[in-house]
Amino acid sequence: MSGGRSWFRTLALVLGFAFLYIPIVSLVVFSFNESRLVTVWGGFSTKWYGALLDNQQIIGAALLSLRIAAVSATVAVVLGTLTGMALARFGPFRGRTLLSGMATAPLVMPEVITGLSLLLLFVTLEQLIGWPQGRGMTTIILAHVTFAMAFVTVIVQSRLAQFDESLEEAAQDLGARPAKVFFLVTLPIIFPALLSGWLLAFTLSLDDLVIASFVAGPGSSTLPMVVFSKVRLGVSPDINALATILITIVAIGVAVAGVVMSRQQKIRDRDAQMALAANQQMIESMKKG
Amino acid sequence: MTGPGAVPLGQRINFWIEDGLGAIVRSPVGSRLRRWGVTGKALVASVPYLWLMLFFLIPFVIVLKISFSDSVIAMPPYQPLFSWAAEKVLEIKINLGNYAFLIEDNLYWKAYLNSIFVAGVSTLLCLLIGYPMAYAIARANPATRNVLLLLVILPFWTSFLLRVYAWIGILKNNGLINNTLMALGVIDQPIQMLQTDFAVYVGIVYSYLPFMILPLYANLEKMDLTLLEAAADLGCRPWQAFVKITLPLSMPGVIAGCLLVFIPAVGEFVIPALLGDPGMLMIGKVLWTEFFNNRDWPVASAVAIALLLFLVIPIMFFQRAQDAESGGVHR
Repeated sequence: MSGGRSWFRTLALVLGFAFLYIPIVSLVVFSFNESRLVTVWGGFSTKWYGALLDNQQIIGAALLSLRIAAVSATVAVVLGTLTGMALARFGPFRGRTLLSGMATAPLVMPEVITGLSLLLLFVTLEQLIGWPQGRGMTTIILAHVTFAMAFVTVIVQSRLAQFDESLEEAAQDLGARPAKVFFLVTLPIIFPALLSGWLLAFTLSLDDLVIASFVAGPGSSTLPMVVFSKVRLGVSPDINALATILITIVAIGVAVAGVVMSRQQKIRDRDAQMALAANQQMIESMKKG
Repeated sequence: MTGPGAVPLGQRINFWIEDGLGAIVRSPVGSRLRRWGVTGKALVASVPYLWLMLFFLIPFVIVLKISFSDSVIAMPPYQPLFSWAAEKVLEIKINLGNYAFLIEDNLYWKAYLNSIFVAGVSTLLCLLIGYPMAYAIARANPATRNVLLLLVILPFWTSFLLRVYAWIGILKNNGLINNTLMALGVIDQPIQMLQTDFAVYVGIVYSYLPFMILPLYANLEKMDLTLLEAAADLGCRPWQAFVKITLPLSMPGVIAGCLLVFIPAVGEFVIPALLGDPGMLMIGKVLWTEFFNNRDWPVASAVAIALLLFLVIPIMFFQRAQDAESGGVHR
């Protein structure tokens, strides 16, 4: 398009990305600051990383958060895949609107409402059937699965809507049962979506403060809860060190996932193309015959 | 038994699945389920159905129930609605007092209105910043486009709490902005930015910007560019073409983005708690205080129900847009 407007687009991108990234860069830079005053440069130092590793409360909370995130992301991927399959592939069925509503509402539901409602559910259940006993890791996992599966559902559903159903139909025509079609055809194709769904669910769980605060019991403080109570009192450089470690892990994870997914995608595309080509050939030969 | 290398792994997994599933289908349990008309599809759909019923729908019913009960000092701190009085008479006490309290006390009204105002202004700011960015990404060449898109998503993957925390260091009185401006001699007194409404707007716009850009991008990227060529051929200026073609066509993306920002922003707690003035009234903070500080669960429930009533219409709009966008019912 005309060069006259391309400067405007470049400007929008430069300013927008500066806005998005300056806070992150400042977190990283000041984690290496000698001075306790987070924003006054006092020379290079890695002492806050040492202080962070010595902080048993933060390390314990981080380990708890990682365990919760791993379990809830895995369950959320299973449930989100089932929901995505039902919404994208089962056609109209009774209760579909309700399922789709319940599956997407947590995407936008304010966290304070989700947190409060789940806590009241757990309290009521405990009164009625004695389960879950008290609140802690289990209740946090149940809560995180419920809101993370909404994100997995959306990812899986849109991936299923994108890809051609004819591959599944072909497998079914060749005599595969629906479940076998799912495991051997559908699942490998949507695998990248499941991977990004898992990573997203993991991150959301690791990051959640509000819902966890409602449903956590005494002695089960997650990492965000510990960070929040520390940050409320003011800035502290070991939190910057923590942020830098998390940012590094995320950057590596996203890079690895990107490489794996693009490689998988290439293999899938090639296979699909070969299958279609073979199909085409068969049709041609049948026409001739 | 042949060596382990004889059958490829893929094929072995294939056999396992076939044997396993076949065994289930042929088993007495399988045939009984079929006789009852239980199909595989129904089983697949019922698992998330039951989960969401239990952990999403029923909790709201409980919140509604508790919003009608009396507060007591006990654990849990509310009075049961239903109780068995003598001679097996079910006694139901419905107490509208919590709602009357919400209506009478100005604090709640102010908090609701202020939250909607703050969320609305933030949504507008997100749109003004996000639209040009989404537009520029959608019109970039494909290789750059993927990198730019990744750059939009990446902050979303790093901790939300820590990204909000980063703004404390930037906005506070001896923070990055004030220090820079003072060093340059622009100001000689630090400007109070932290603990103001300004900081809350910055925090919300910053945190929710990716939610605005992504649906806008998805929409703008799909647009048929030949329409713009046709408009140019017919003598339309670029900005006229934008206003008459691009903008109306991108409305679904604008609506989806705005709802994705507006609805959660109304109930936002972390951002006003960390960046805002302690006295700033936001409904998410009010609910938090009622619950954690005052331990008044019935009033907190009533606040939640009232907030939900405010949001139910935008949430329904969002769901319809979402279902249409992600393919809806296939074919």
